[in-house]
Amino acid sequence: MTTATAPEPTVYHLRRSAEGSALDIRDFNLWYGKSQALHDINMEIQKGSVTALIGPSGCGKSTLLRCLNRMNDLIDDLRIDGQIQVGDFDIYGPGVDVIALRKRMGMVFQKPNPFAMSIYDNVVYPLRVDGVTKRSVLDETCERALRSAALWDEVKDRLKESALGMSGGQQQRLCIARGIASDPEVLLMDEPCSALDPIATLKIEELIHQLRGHYTIVIVTHNMQQAARVSDNTGFMYLGRLIEYGDTNTIFTNPKKKQTEDYVSGRFG
Amino acid sequence: MTDILDPKFPPSGAAGAAGTVARETVEGGTARGRRVRVLSADLSAVGEPALWAFGGALALGIILIAAFLAMVAWNGFSTFWPKPIAQVELRDGTVIAGEPTRSGRYRPGDTVLTTLSDAQRAFIADKEGYSDRTLYKTANFDLHGNDFRWVSDFEVAEITFPPDFHLFERQQWGTFVGRVAGLTIDGQQRAFDHDLMQREQSAARDRFREMRRIERSEIGALNHRIEQERLAIRRAELRHGEGSPQAEALIAEAQANIAGFQQEFAALQARVAEIREVDRRHRVVLEDVGGRQVDTELSQIVRFYAANTVGPIDSLGIYLSRWWEFLSTEPREANTQGGVLPAIFGTVAMTLLMVIFVAPFGVITALYLREYAAQGRLTSIVRISVNNLAGVPSIVYGVFGLGFFAYTLGGSIDQLFYPEALPNPTFGKGGILWASLTLALLTVPVVIVASEEALSAVPRSMREGSLACGASKWQTIRYVVLPKALPGIMTGMILAMARGAGEVAPLMLVGVVKLAPALPIDGFFPFVHLDRSFMHLGFHIFDVGFQSRNSEAGKPMVFVTTLLLLALIVTMNATAITIRNRLKKRYAGGQF
Repeated sequence: MTTATAPEPTVYHLRRSAEGSALDIRDFNLWYGKSQALHDINMEIQKGSVTALIGPSGCGKSTLLRCLNRMNDLIDDLRIDGQIQVGDFDIYGPGVDVIALRKRMGMVFQKPNPFAMSIYDNVVYPLRVDGVTKRSVLDETCERALRSAALWDEVKDRLKESALGMSGGQQQRLCIARGIASDPEVLLMDEPCSALDPIATLKIEELIHQLRGHYTIVIVTHNMQQAARVSDNTGFMYLGRLIEYGDTNTIFTNPKKKQTEDYVSGRFG
Repeated sequence: MTDILDPKFPPSGAAGAAGTVARETVEGGTARGRRVRVLSADLSAVGEPALWAFGGALALGIILIAAFLAMVAWNGFSTFWPKPIAQVELRDGTVIAGEPTRSGRYRPGDTVLTTLSDAQRAFIADKEGYSDRTLYKTANFDLHGNDFRWVSDFEVAEITFPPDFHLFERQQWGTFVGRVAGLTIDGQQRAFDHDLMQREQSAARDRFREMRRIERSEIGALNHRIEQERLAIRRAELRHGEGSPQAEALIAEAQANIAGFQQEFAALQARVAEIREVDRRHRVVLEDVGGRQVDTELSQIVRFYAANTVGPIDSLGIYLSRWWEFLSTEPREANTQGGVLPAIFGTVAMTLLMVIFVAPFGVITALYLREYAAQGRLTSIVRISVNNLAGVPSIVYGVFGLGFFAYTLGGSIDQLFYPEALPNPTFGKGGILWASLTLALLTVPVVIVASEEALSAVPRSMREGSLACGASKWQTIRYVVLPKALPGIMTGMILAMARGAGEVAPLMLVGVVKLAPALPIDGFFPFVHLDRSFMHLGFHIFDVGFQSRNSEAGKPMVFVTTLLLLALIVTMNATAITIRNRLKKRYAGGQF
């Protein structure tokens, strides 16, 4: 992990999109205590696209993802520099309401983490904590979110049962439903399939396909085939730097950098 | 590397065959599959000896506990079963009668031996210098001044079981062993007839209970009201100044009330006197084996039965009625007879109050320590201190409770709210409130530690999931963390409850008494009297077994009370565990 030589600049294969970006990361640096985990990230995530972040373990892709809804705030001794714009406001700007921000960013985690409540209560949890009590709104949201997550038909008859009784794949789709229940702008997915079997993974990937266009999706994955299958754009990260970022096709078939090529062709990582 | 070995030849040699897996080959065998065993040449590499030691230690512990429980259960359950009465004629001519209680072997001393006849000495010599002896419960404390007598085998001339011997349980002076010498019904001499006496005795007991009721409830209520009026007078004096016109007016009113109450009081007393007059005309004369007689009211006999002729069904009835008396009445005879209802009530009430105090306090502390406080040096010092609190001797808590709760806090409350009762303390002495607070303090470390464990066991991913949904920290704790941690917290509460219910030492300082005149809950406003002292089963055991004038008489009660206390704690714990399991299911099933 030496940075003796000056880092080469990131290679971009993307032009700034016309309708503007969902997220705009500018000169972003992050330190855990004394060690720097992210170096000068500049990245524009297009609205309505599926953006995959790939790279070897410890390259900072999850850290970057968790910066987008400030989940890293829970860690002591964290410092950042630079900005991340959502629309026209800076995520790390002064006086930002973190709770309001997180309501605009749904998140799905590596391991399914449904709460110890009924399926229904899990899905409408974001609304409940937002103070929504109207039954009709909750019911409608629950159905819409579960339909979007392709889970409605499987669970519509047992909404009052515990969410912990579902299979792993169902639980993860429930978490996706929960993530989109409050109709966020961005859906962040942190290796959503790493704890699932191939069939459940396939279902999640189909779901991502269906959700494309409705939400801006940022997905961190270890699985390069998955990135190639589901994403429009891909960013390759290595040692805390964004090495190459562009449309998925280019990254996987015609990368500019040797590191990217080595990684996507499976020579290291 | 795996060797396939014949089990008859375990691997030898240093090369270590420690941990080598040997498989019994089954070629040619009929059983399918094969057993896999670990063989080892080196003893230090296998766990078996250690396993035997651990298992042995566990078995020993279980056996000890089981034996203890069995002893308590046997003694506890057998105490109330009616026993026969033996009439023992001694060689020196004395005749005693009593229930054989227990036997044992002892070695008579030289001074005893010199007083014996040659035949007796030979009898003892036959047994290699030992003799057996039996403890008889001779009862009749008012006649002899003791309840028990040891009788050595060599003293005995003859043992018989006369059919006309009865055992009488009396309201006062304990049990009586003997015969009925005379029966007076409504002033007329009648011949003894068991059924007649049974009928009359039960009528007499009804009269007795009626007198009790009037004295306790009605006269008690009147006394309470008169006391209230007296306090009103004192209050008026304190508030308006002695001799001022307002005070005089209030005092006059109160005194008029008192005069009214005193008339009612006199009327009630007249009624009691009337019943007592009837009661005096129903009498029974009891005669002990030596011919001495005791003349008493029939209503003084709580229970009687012909000990040597009573059948198994009647025995069962007596057994059950004794249990019922034990569970449902107040103690008498310095707690060695009668029931323990006030002690059961006090134990349960105090434990529940303690839980009410300890639950919020412990859980909130744990929440702060685990969820909000910065995890630094100060937090770990606090945590270590909390753990150390669990090791402080409980009597120290008692001293603290008396000094801080009763004298300081209670004293201030008296100054502020009950000045009219001073110098008699209201809250400024031991009481059920202070006792339960003291026990709450004693058990709060258990709750804090268990709650912290439960909170930290809630997976981080769940908290993150909730926070990512836009929930605030408090919402996350309230809706996700606490429900998930609740079964663990309940486990802490159960441990605290078990500890608190069985604790005695601190209670002796902060409110437990030998005999409480009134329960902490009764019919007088404000109905719940948290300032009152109370009785406790644990203290009852200590008191009856080791503090009474006649500890041999209290011994069976010790076992029965221990059994009851154990049963009570098991019941309370079982209830708590059931509630915990319900909660577990409920929160897994999902209520927001």
